[in-house]
Amino acid sequence: MHLRITLFLWLLAAAPLSAQNWDKAANVELQTRLFTQDAAFPRQDDATLHASLSGELDLRWRGNDARASIIGFVRLDSVDDERNLVDFRELYWAKEGDGFEVLVGLNTVFWGVTESVHLVDIINQTDFVSDIDGEDKLGQPMLNVEIQQDWGLLSVYLMPYFRERTFAGLDGRFRPPPELLLDDAQYESGSEQRNVDVALRYSHYFGDVDIGLSYFRGTSREPRFVPADPVSPFAELVPFYDTISQVGVDLQLTRDAWLWKLEAISRDARFGQIFAAVGGLEYTFYQVAESDADVGVLVEYQYDDRNALEPFTLADNDVFVGGRLAMNDIQDTALLAGLSYDTDTGETFYNVEGERRLGDDWFFEMRLRLFTGADPGDTSFFINRDDYLQLQITRFF
Amino acid sequence: MRLTNTLSAVLLATVLVATSVHADNVQKGFDIAARADRTDNGFADSRVDVTMVLRNAAGQETTRSMSFTTLEKANEDVGDKSLVLFNTPRDIEGTALLSHAKILDPDDQWLYLPALKRVKRISSSNKSGPFVGSEFAFEDFTAVELNKYDYNWLREEACGELNCDVVERTPRYENSGYTRQVSWVDQTHFQIRKVEFYDRRDSLLKVLELKDYRQYDNGIWRTHLMTMTNLQTKKQTDLVYSDYEFDVGMDQNDFVKGRLARLR
Repeated sequence: MHLRITLFLWLLAAAPLSAQNWDKAANVELQTRLFTQDAAFPRQDDATLHASLSGELDLRWRGNDARASIIGFVRLDSVDDERNLVDFRELYWAKEGDGFEVLVGLNTVFWGVTESVHLVDIINQTDFVSDIDGEDKLGQPMLNVEIQQDWGLLSVYLMPYFRERTFAGLDGRFRPPPELLLDDAQYESGSEQRNVDVALRYSHYFGDVDIGLSYFRGTSREPRFVPADPVSPFAELVPFYDTISQVGVDLQLTRDAWLWKLEAISRDARFGQIFAAVGGLEYTFYQVAESDADVGVLVEYQYDDRNALEPFTLADNDVFVGGRLAMNDIQDTALLAGLSYDTDTGETFYNVEGERRLGDDWFFEMRLRLFTGADPGDTSFFINRDDYLQLQITRFF
Repeated sequence: MRLTNTLSAVLLATVLVATSVHADNVQKGFDIAARADRTDNGFADSRVDVTMVLRNAAGQETTRSMSFTTLEKANEDVGDKSLVLFNTPRDIEGTALLSHAKILDPDDQWLYLPALKRVKRISSSNKSGPFVGSEFAFEDFTAVELNKYDYNWLREEACGELNCDVVERTPRYENSGYTRQVSWVDQTHFQIRKVEFYDRRDSLLKVLELKDYRQYDNGIWRTHLMTMTNLQTKKQTDLVYSDYEFDVGMDQNDFVKGRLARLR
């Protein structure tokens, strides 16, 4: 952590020295979360209002056949120390050749096509305290070679260092009841965080079908929670990261206003094989009622056959139904609303996301997340009282 | 009886003449459009910075900046490949739209969202929707291929200091928001000077004016100011082009979805 802060400050200081060569951008974001219920567990902070302030600095450089990027961010939280963070989403240098590129450093990579859950996306660790939707990531150290030919894109990743998932601290929301000893994470690999993970991905398109095939061998990004002390299993928990190998496929068929999507993974894990899939469709009505607005309808089914010993998932036998509204106005006003319903347990997760630009430099975002229908023993019971409304304003520079 | 026969013969002759005049006008319209299109062919690839100025009915302005990159396809039965990369507004900086234009089939399009670093294949059936909140529709950008329309020459008339052929063009592709467009093509440099767009009810919706034409060293003409005015909403969008760069040495691999995350 100290190393990262030092590096970040050094970069901040160094940036102006070569200012003329770098594209610079920055933003500052104020986020407020309003929790509607008291927290479930002792020592969680019952404050209704959780506020955080974060900043991001983007520096980009591009030469004839090389490029570099530095995206650093800091976050300060009013309640949970574990949400305080100094980190990088990108910190790399890349060299381009004829039909290939070699990249060294920290980068963020996204794989996949579906909306309600991202199964094949595995390169980056999730910044879970930033957002529980799993879409916020930590930069992954890597050596990455991309080969682009007529037959498609082949990407090879060697990842020499593992990033641990961020989780709420004792004060924070979205945590299991016993204390999580985050500094004592355990690994199946004897090399722990220094295990070298390997990944391969092929992606291309054939007519109106886009396809991605991927393979990963290394430390799972999803931890299990195990008792820190086997003798007193109800005391503290520690994250345990297994060694896995996983193959994934993602497919999208795009025809007229229809998008048909499928992601599936098969994972060799500690307690057997896991198969998981998510598939569905998205249909868009363009310029509804002679306005400029588009309305999209989304339906996805989530399946996961993992057992109770594996890392928990909410997306095991769930139906997701959602709608997307894009106003197509100058402010890019958009709204996404959906629910995921667990057909086994009746747990339901409601999610509303709205956004709108204000002027040229300000951006407003809203999130509403509600959890209902969980009984004691259900997977989402521990976050049952963590319903929240999030209002966020970002100033871009 | 004789009178009827004569009348029939006259009618038949009129129809034949009219048909052949119509056929002549169709051919003439196509020829003028083809000449306008082919005059500016052979640039291989191009890159240009563009400022978009959006103006509402009250005259308030919002601007955004972007760059357009194009890879020319010599074969007129295959469309060009193009890339739009946004610089501002800041919250969408790095967003990119890649299009592989087809002639009559739907185009292939991918959108890159930098916040998630996600490449999304998107439906291209949204031809008539507004492009980033502007008065330009998606099809106004992507449907500039010669063979996407049927043509009909209407007349000849003065357009500013030049003389223009007025050519009507009718979209042949599906999902167009237009029944027809009327274009003014000058007879000196063979450039399009103005286009009128008629909506699905065939009432005049928008007028596009193309100004500030400049000829480059390679002989290619380009407009540097396009103004689209929506006559129904009174809103207006300008596209202000900086200097073009031609033949910068791009190839197919610069216009693939795998490239989108590596543009910056």
